[in-house]
Amino acid sequence: METGDPVEHLFRRESGRMVAALTRVFGFHNLALAEDVVQDALCRALEVWKHHGMPDNPSAWLMTTAKNQAVDVLRRERTARTFAPEITRLLESEWTFRPTIEAAFGPHAIQDDELRMMFSCIDPRLTEEAQVALILHILCGFSVGEIANAFLSSAAAIEKRITRAKKVLASATRLFELEGAAEFCTRLSAVQRALYLLFNEGYHGSNPKAVVRVELCREAIRLATLLRDHPLASTPSTLALLALMCLHAARMPARVDESGSLSLLPDQDRSQWNQQLIQDGQSLLERSATGDELSEYHVEAAIAWCHASALTAQATNWAQIVTLYDTLLRIRPSPVIELNRAIAVAQHAGPEQGLTAIHAIAGCERLYAYPFYPMALGELELQCGRHAAAHQHFSIALPLARNPTERRFIEGRINACSCPT
Amino acid sequence: MSEFLYVYRGGHREKQSAEAMQQIMQKWMTWMQGLAEKGHLKDRGHPLEPEGKLVSGGGKNITDGPYAEKDLVGGYSLIEAKDLAQATELSRGCPILERGGLVEVRPIMRM
Repeated sequence: METGDPVEHLFRRESGRMVAALTRVFGFHNLALAEDVVQDALCRALEVWKHHGMPDNPSAWLMTTAKNQAVDVLRRERTARTFAPEITRLLESEWTFRPTIEAAFGPHAIQDDELRMMFSCIDPRLTEEAQVALILHILCGFSVGEIANAFLSSAAAIEKRITRAKKVLASATRLFELEGAAEFCTRLSAVQRALYLLFNEGYHGSNPKAVVRVELCREAIRLATLLRDHPLASTPSTLALLALMCLHAARMPARVDESGSLSLLPDQDRSQWNQQLIQDGQSLLERSATGDELSEYHVEAAIAWCHASALTAQATNWAQIVTLYDTLLRIRPSPVIELNRAIAVAQHAGPEQGLTAIHAIAGCERLYAYPFYPMALGELELQCGRHAAAHQHFSIALPLARNPTERRFIEGRINACSCPT
Repeated sequence: MSEFLYVYRGGHREKQSAEAMQQIMQKWMTWMQGLAEKGHLKDRGHPLEPEGKLVSGGGKNITDGPYAEKDLVGGYSLIEAKDLAQATELSRGCPILERGGLVEVRPIMRM
């Protein structure tokens, strides 16, 4: 996920860092002002760099530009506006003005600011959808249009969601304090949850464009890495979450085959899996096994590791995967997880056992709109040699397909039902 | 070889996402690099600030901008080419054209 080219997505990354640093100085109520300054800094970079090429340290160039702009804004408006309460006094005197600004834009300060911004966006007064949209907008520099595109939603709906969310946030004048906050642990798990959702939207999302989904996964990994790098936020569950992301992301290159068709786990060309990410995931998973905390991320990462470490689909330790799903269901009961468990049961004990497990899912009616439910039934019926039943399930799945790739895949399965092997 | 001035007009500075801006910037860098590698880029030139003054009326009238977006000169470069036809042809790859802007290609008058 982390490519070797530091310039790739530089604007996106730096935009989040600059907004965070500026918001710390300006105060949360001046978020829009911070966003304008960032927009301006990126515009200047665009204009100057297109003529003269990129400077040796483009991040530092951008940050200095944003800092200088901030100085102008603060000098010009310090009587007209109120800025961040904790530094307003320091900005009043020329003696403390410059040092205060310099300190706010120091590399460590910025890293903290980015995290504080992340924690601020995960405000309990906001819905999870709004939290994720805000994170993408503020910390990842996604435009409303880009978020709408990623979530297959309308720009107007996203605009409304973000505007509302920003209004809620503006009522706090300062960013969330990481240190000494009583609600730190609760907020951290909400942050983890939002990053998990962001990653899942990329990994399992319905967006037909793989490029868009890879971007969401990349951003989720980048933000989870920020958590990992902070002494307070780097808890075992954070490490497990990042492990899970790495182990899933490792398989992304193989999910669509050369012809652009969906390739399911057993059929994937495992030589395309990213070994570096598998190693990163494995060492994170090992490091996460400290303390007595067993989060859902631990279990999901362990399942992903079982897949990633198997040389072939046949060599997968399905018995262990079934056990891990049992554990996961105790932590987070969900029909989707039960379905995944049933599929693992089928791999381990045969299709008839798998079908029995699917039929035993409590609340399976909640899966009726989920294409993978009839697809799993169809697949297992097909393995049992009952082509007519399989055909029926795949036909139910077809209109549930969320994009052309899924549709093509299901059509292929329907065809497989009519030509018995 | 003759020298030409490229004047870049309009087509920029509206609100864009970070990623979109980076992509535009990279297109420009690629295009400029291409000109440089083929020996056509005499001087990369400079971008211009959007604000400025207009002086007229024998020096009596001094006003701020404002320039119409489409006329706003965003920057310039100095190009070397065989003739006006070649200089014009080379300008057709300029990324400003994708965004509604234009390139003015002007031969530099020789002494």
